[in-house]
Amino acid sequence: MSDLPNELKYTKTHEWARNEGDGTLTVGITDHAQELLGDLVFVDLPQIGATVTAGGDCAVVESVKAASDIYSPVSGEIIAVNEALSDSPEIINESAFGEGWIFKVRMSDASEFDALLDSNGYAAVMAEDDH
Amino acid sequence: MPFIPHTEEEIHAMLAAIGADSLETLFDEIPAGLRAGELGAIPAGMSEMEVSALMEQRARADGQPLMFIGAGAYDHHIPAAVWQLVGRGEFYSAYTPYQAEASQGTLQLLYEYQSMMTALTAMDVSNASLYDGASALAEAILMAVRLNRKSSSRKVLVPRSLHPAYRKVAHNIVRNQGIELVEVPFDPEAGHTDPASLEAYAGQDITALVIPQPNFFGVLEEVDALTDWAARNNAISIGVVNPLALAILSPPGDWGEKGVDICCGEGQPLGIPLSSGGPYFGFLCCREAHVRQMPGRIIGRTLDLDGKPGFTLTLQAREQHIRRSKATSNICTNQGLMVTAATIHMALLGAEGLARAAAASHANSLALNAKFSAIEGVEPLFDRPCFHERPYRLAAPVPEVLRSLAAHNVLGGYDLGRDYPELGNALLVCATEKRTAAEMDQYADKLGRVLRARTEPTCPTRPKF
Repeated sequence: MSDLPNELKYTKTHEWARNEGDGTLTVGITDHAQELLGDLVFVDLPQIGATVTAGGDCAVVESVKAASDIYSPVSGEIIAVNEALSDSPEIINESAFGEGWIFKVRMSDASEFDALLDSNGYAAVMAEDDH
Repeated sequence: MPFIPHTEEEIHAMLAAIGADSLETLFDEIPAGLRAGELGAIPAGMSEMEVSALMEQRARADGQPLMFIGAGAYDHHIPAAVWQLVGRGEFYSAYTPYQAEASQGTLQLLYEYQSMMTALTAMDVSNASLYDGASALAEAILMAVRLNRKSSSRKVLVPRSLHPAYRKVAHNIVRNQGIELVEVPFDPEAGHTDPASLEAYAGQDITALVIPQPNFFGVLEEVDALTDWAARNNAISIGVVNPLALAILSPPGDWGEKGVDICCGEGQPLGIPLSSGGPYFGFLCCREAHVRQMPGRIIGRTLDLDGKPGFTLTLQAREQHIRRSKATSNICTNQGLMVTAATIHMALLGAEGLARAAAASHANSLALNAKFSAIEGVEPLFDRPCFHERPYRLAAPVPEVLRSLAAHNVLGGYDLGRDYPELGNALLVCATEKRTAAEMDQYADKLGRVLRARTEPTCPTRPKF
């Protein structure tokens, strides 16, 4: 099983979120998710300025096997997207927790971040998936 | 083997397995008001002999009139080889194949069709076809709404000069999705959409602009100015084109400074017989950047494990069987058989043959126009250039004139008064390359006589005493 960075928070739907400490989060999909999806061929990025809700779909990743919605971990406004993914979606396969981030969101309710899973919680989700 | 999916026995076995005692019980959770009920209007089945007799009788009723009607479906020459080849068992399927390993021939043909369509339209990508021209436009509008993320109005400008049936079909398909089709009037003198008239919408949030070429009247639109207007106003441009006309007119990919975003239309002029209104096929092309919002099948060329070229369905994540309710469309198929005919037709004619068919059709409509100019009571309705079809103002009611012409076995054209009452006695007349000089003389002669009979005062009877 892949190592889960402890400084990140997670969702049951396989997104990770990093608190940048200025009211914004950086969001991507976990290494586990990219392994399940296989080689990514396309990322449909959200619009900068779009309003998102916690658990609402806001992006799509498409692999040779499937297309999957990406859900925003928190409510807020999209303030940046990873344009590099438009030309090179495989960055997510190579570095899901690093250069493969997907978007940055300004939180409208910081308590939603606190409610996300920690690495142990997400590890339990992955273990359940394996059964 | 009869083509019945389940026998009574199988139905009972399945019902027993899920614990329902009848089909009625299985469906009873569907509210009565939503159920179709008995199909009372469907008559009982017929034997093959009875069906053959009925169809022969109907075929005789079709007649073989002299065709001067177009209005969206055109009587072009189709080389005999086209349908001879289409009828071969290897091609005779109406479907896109899922199994690449068993369907390389069909897949290659569809790939060649897509390649030909992109060459004809000067666009980057073509899908493997849709149902018909009108539904292809509806799909293009839905696609434009998904594409245009800068726009939130879901307002699409649709010229009144666009085919009335296309406007109705598009409205039916998009109206429940919060999309508003805004009608743009045409210039009453010229019969085209004056680009200046769009200035009323400049600065507003417009999602897309539909640009017909030629328009329903056969009139050529100022496509460059309209395409550039859309680009300036952040609207997606959608060309609706007659594919045969593109053999001699500027293709949508070259309109304006950057070309259109999407183009679509009716494929019937490419080797499909009129056959009482269908089946035809719709085509849809777009820029490469928009391909993930394109609905329908797309065939791709790839390499197999041994490095040999092969063909397969591609970009399927857009489609219903992968993306379910988030698919680009509920259309997961294409008009395989019609596209087979169109591909063979285009391959036989080649670019030069298509251009000659288009130019000959256009020359015939000009020749007919010259003959009409000698007839009292017929005048061209508009003063702009047309492609192989032209509307005329008649000095007598069009339905009566068409009835009289029909009595002489002439199908004289399309009565525009039905959809455009503001045009008065207006008749849309088409002459394709199939019309001979003698047939056009015959039509002009009969039209002249019918009009004289209706417009000249009857001979006064002189009293004998």
